[in-house]
Amino acid sequence: MSVADYRLIDSTLRDGSHAISHQYFAEDVIRIVAGLDAAGVQVIEIAHGDGLGGSSFNYGFSAVSEKELIAQACDTAQTAQIACLLLPGIGLADDLREVRELGVSVARIAVHCTEADITEQHIRVAKDLGMEAIGFLMMAHMNSPEGLVEQALLMQSYGADTIYIADSAGAMTVDDVRHRVSALVGALEVPVGVHAHNNLSMAVANSIAAYEEGARNLDGTSAGLGAGAGNCPTEILAAVSAKYGIETGVDPLALMDVAEDVVRPLMPRQQVIDRAGLLLGYAGVYGSFLLHAERAAQRYGVPQSEIILELGRRKVVGGQEDMIIDVALELARKHAEQEVTP
Amino acid sequence: MALKCAILGSGNIGTDLMIKMMRSDVLELTALVGIDPTSEGLARARALGLDAPHEGPDWILEHARDIDLVFDATSAYVHVRYAKKYADAGITAIDLTPAARGPKVIAAVNLMEHLDAPNINMVTCGGQATTPMVFAIYRAVDTLPYAEMVSTVASKSAGPGTRQNIDEFTKTTSTALREIGGADTSKAIIILNPADPPIMMRNTVFGALPEGTDHDAVLESIYAMEKEVAAYVPGYRLKNPPVIEEGPYPTPGGVVPHRVVVLLEVEGAGDYLPPYAGNLDIMTAAAMRVGVAIADHRGVSA
Repeated sequence: MSVADYRLIDSTLRDGSHAISHQYFAEDVIRIVAGLDAAGVQVIEIAHGDGLGGSSFNYGFSAVSEKELIAQACDTAQTAQIACLLLPGIGLADDLREVRELGVSVARIAVHCTEADITEQHIRVAKDLGMEAIGFLMMAHMNSPEGLVEQALLMQSYGADTIYIADSAGAMTVDDVRHRVSALVGALEVPVGVHAHNNLSMAVANSIAAYEEGARNLDGTSAGLGAGAGNCPTEILAAVSAKYGIETGVDPLALMDVAEDVVRPLMPRQQVIDRAGLLLGYAGVYGSFLLHAERAAQRYGVPQSEIILELGRRKVVGGQEDMIIDVALELARKHAEQEVTP
Repeated sequence: MALKCAILGSGNIGTDLMIKMMRSDVLELTALVGIDPTSEGLARARALGLDAPHEGPDWILEHARDIDLVFDATSAYVHVRYAKKYADAGITAIDLTPAARGPKVIAAVNLMEHLDAPNINMVTCGGQATTPMVFAIYRAVDTLPYAEMVSTVASKSAGPGTRQNIDEFTKTTSTALREIGGADTSKAIIILNPADPPIMMRNTVFGALPEGTDHDAVLESIYAMEKEVAAYVPGYRLKNPPVIEEGPYPTPGGVVPHRVVVLLEVEGAGDYLPPYAGNLDIMTAAAMRVGVAIADHRGVSA
């Protein structure tokens, strides 16, 4: 295998979990990991969509315990490393200790892009456990390039080996990505990564732009399965990279097979950019709110698009899924009041 | 005769508590004790005519004869080192750190149970805000298989203590939902939101309702609890009416057909930090409530 120009991290089994409401089963994990591993993917991330410990009323309960699924993934992978994601405030350092025992070797510690100082405890624990620690700054469109540099430097000082910015709302343009990545690459000693979403149909273009600015880690998910309108599709990223002459070390044809034969049959719906998905990117709202907003819209009889726009106005951040119910109730009340007024 | 009190820690919590205690007839604040002579909290204390030494916990021990209650607003680390020394010196400690050396007290639920304890732990701000509602659900049902809380606070109101020990917050809060709230299993989540202007503290409680639950009784109990907490935290309120949602929900405590969702807001009194910092306010208001109850228990009257 030739040396790759960037490292590909596949998050089908973590971010993709949002799109199937956290209903992964062991046989899905085995087939997906086997396929990605055989295609040459270097790192495979697996956890509840909201990270370790995410199974809850607020984010949705997992069908199968994530620890069980993680153990399956570790047993199945031949060459790929297995990664997990953890959001401090949701998951615990103890969760990292448990998954380390199972064979997870990469810990991504994720936080809203202005709150890096809550990751110190967990980055240090990951390092003490001998894991690679990746700092993961979410909703990166909500902070300036300078602000992100400041946050990333904190994570670097805690011992993070790589720093990612995540376009969790799929709200960034190519220029937004370029400015942020070049600022980070210029300021950090550690490598930079980008996690893109496709709400504005920019995921692949943004990922390539990130590479051109010096990002050396890129995220994708098979068939784009993921929060909101989906992620950067791994198989498309591999194919486009090949067209650009960027070496990925993965086989685009094998990835296309995984997407088509393994992942698509699991999907309750294909990842398209419908109105709700587009609105997330347009209003800058956390992608994993999509299905929760759809359910609240049905339950309380209010338009999903109004819920999404109001969440954007309120500047809610990742993790505040409870506010979807709050917004739906308020909209329902407002609609009821308007109906009684003559 | 009022109880003589000292506040240890001159940060946000200590300073806010000082302003509240200055208004009390039964708790007489003798000193705000810090460690940094240039701290803003100590300067405020001096301006109010209070003793404001910067010798930290040792000052408290040296003046043990003149102190009935110490309100510790430092850190779990400091509290753990001094908890026994306060007790040996005959000082009752009300611990506003997550050290949890003494029994946990949620003012609206188990206030009267530990009035003789030498050390009382105030859990966390999120715990003070949500445990009463978990208990409100629990007292209306036969069993509460699972309860969950989500607390969102303004980034500006979360100090370094919370930020460096976020696991302590979730673990201590989650424990309180079971031990005091009555849930069989539990989970606690905390989110920081940096929006500017800062958001008001928000808390959401989810309760798992088993088959056969009297939903009206649950809702009634929640409305009653809103008033019970608001009696000592005036800015505590239901942001929306509580709702029962249909599942099924496969919770860690078993599959249940329904859940109740309680959406809370805590507006601070604006004593020290602005009203958005309801997390600060509910902690200091609850500590005041405990202090006043101890005074009452010891026969102190205004």
